Amino acid sequence: MSTSAKLKREMPQRYRMEAGKCTTCGYIAFPPRSICPECQAREFDTVILPDEGTILTHTVIRVAPSQFTDEAPYAIAIIELGEGARVLCQLVDCDLEQIAIGDPVKIEFRRIQAEGKSGVLFYGYKAVPA
Amino acid sequence: MVGIIGYGAYVPRHRIRVEEIAKVWGADAPSYKRGLMLEEKTVPAPDQDTITISVEATKNALKRANINPAEIGCVYIGSESHPYAVKPSGTTLAEVIGATPDVHCADFEFACKAGSEGMFVAYGLVKAGLVKYGLAVGADTSQGAPGDALEYAAAAGGAAFLFGTERVIATIDETFSYMTDTPDFWRREYQHYPQHAGRFTGDPSYFKHVTGSANGIMEKAGMTPQDFNYVICHQPNGKFPQRVGKMLGFTREQIEPGWLSPILGNTYSGSSPMGLASTLDIAKPGDRILMVSYGSGSGSDSFVLTVTDQIDQVRDLAPHVRAQLAANKNYIDYGTYAKFRHKILKAE
Repeated sequence: MSTSAKLKREMPQRYRMEAGKCTTCGYIAFPPRSICPECQAREFDTVILPDEGTILTHTVIRVAPSQFTDEAPYAIAIIELGEGARVLCQLVDCDLEQIAIGDPVKIEFRRIQAEGKSGVLFYGYKAVPA
Repeated sequence: MVGIIGYGAYVPRHRIRVEEIAKVWGADAPSYKRGLMLEEKTVPAPDQDTITISVEATKNALKRANINPAEIGCVYIGSESHPYAVKPSGTTLAEVIGATPDVHCADFEFACKAGSEGMFVAYGLVKAGLVKYGLAVGADTSQGAPGDALEYAAAAGGAAFLFGTERVIATIDETFSYMTDTPDFWRREYQHYPQHAGRFTGDPSYFKHVTGSANGIMEKAGMTPQDFNYVICHQPNGKFPQRVGKMLGFTREQIEPGWLSPILGNTYSGSSPMGLASTLDIAKPGDRILMVSYGSGSGSDSFVLTVTDQIDQVRDLAPHVRAQLAANKNYIDYGTYAKFRHKILKAE
């Protein structure tokens, strides 16, 4: 699959944080799904997730995949955004020793990775301390 | 009534002090601080660029404007650090805010006045009735060669302005542009860093064009410096905007609210737009503002604005510029700065 096609297909969730909200049980699926894992319904409303939340849990990556070695060590966290919506993302612009569960964070638009020196640039969401 | 219906700025959190840069290059920090009136500058994180800064500034502008982004008819980003040489920055911004696909989009370049160019065109399209809302952003992750005087000022940040005809917070009363072909600062294709013509960037370039544009718009509008509450001129360092303001007949009190460069640095295309955003943060209904950009090459765009009652409704809906400058600062050393700004080349 071309990276451009993947990038384009994932833009709604990576760029705008579009999630699917089950019209039957209210489950928030992020990224969006075709079938609700809670009630198996197939109808979803598109909702935009809030850009503020709290740290549910986190870890520090010290041995990073090849495309992220220059960023190591860095934190990734699961962020609770309300209404049961959770996102997994990098936590940046922070002191790795000071990260604590429950800390408030803000979601910002950042560059996620670059496809080498001449390929496309991937953008998406990351969390920063509020 | 046509004018600004929303504005927002974004300031990266990393900072480097003049002393830290001077230490590496054996320069005399006190003379740089005194001569250029600079204390520190912002540094973008490795995952920040003109696009990410434009997005965050625009989100703040949208919070104040409270409009449906799908009704934005044009999206313009002015910058001299667009991440792609070929592929627009504005398309990503438009996609993120939900303005696609029925929208006109373009990237602007004109050294440090690319942001005000976008403002000029977006305002013009709204005034002509061709679009309902227009978005213009001035943003940069400015380049300055290691050891060059530019390195003490080249910073990162941006400001976004939404133009419309309803719920206007500042009317645009007059515009004026002053431009000549003046090679004072340039960056050739495939070059990492810009070059400049030293002292030629001063009197024949910055001062000639800023005063030409400011005097031109005041003559066109039948106004004098005493008619304005505030003035914002492009800020390549701390000294130039103070000096040009004095040359034009403005007082320090008129300059101060938008004078950010001593603690922000020069955000190139974001410079005068961020100064305007900072001034709107404190302006009162009825205040008159003069903004004058400057882009090497060279030209200056000027705007006369009048603040309306609506400012009090929207001012606190997004973070103020000076609050962002004061919050969450992270001072870095030169080594970290060099890594963040890709000044260190690694083996392939």
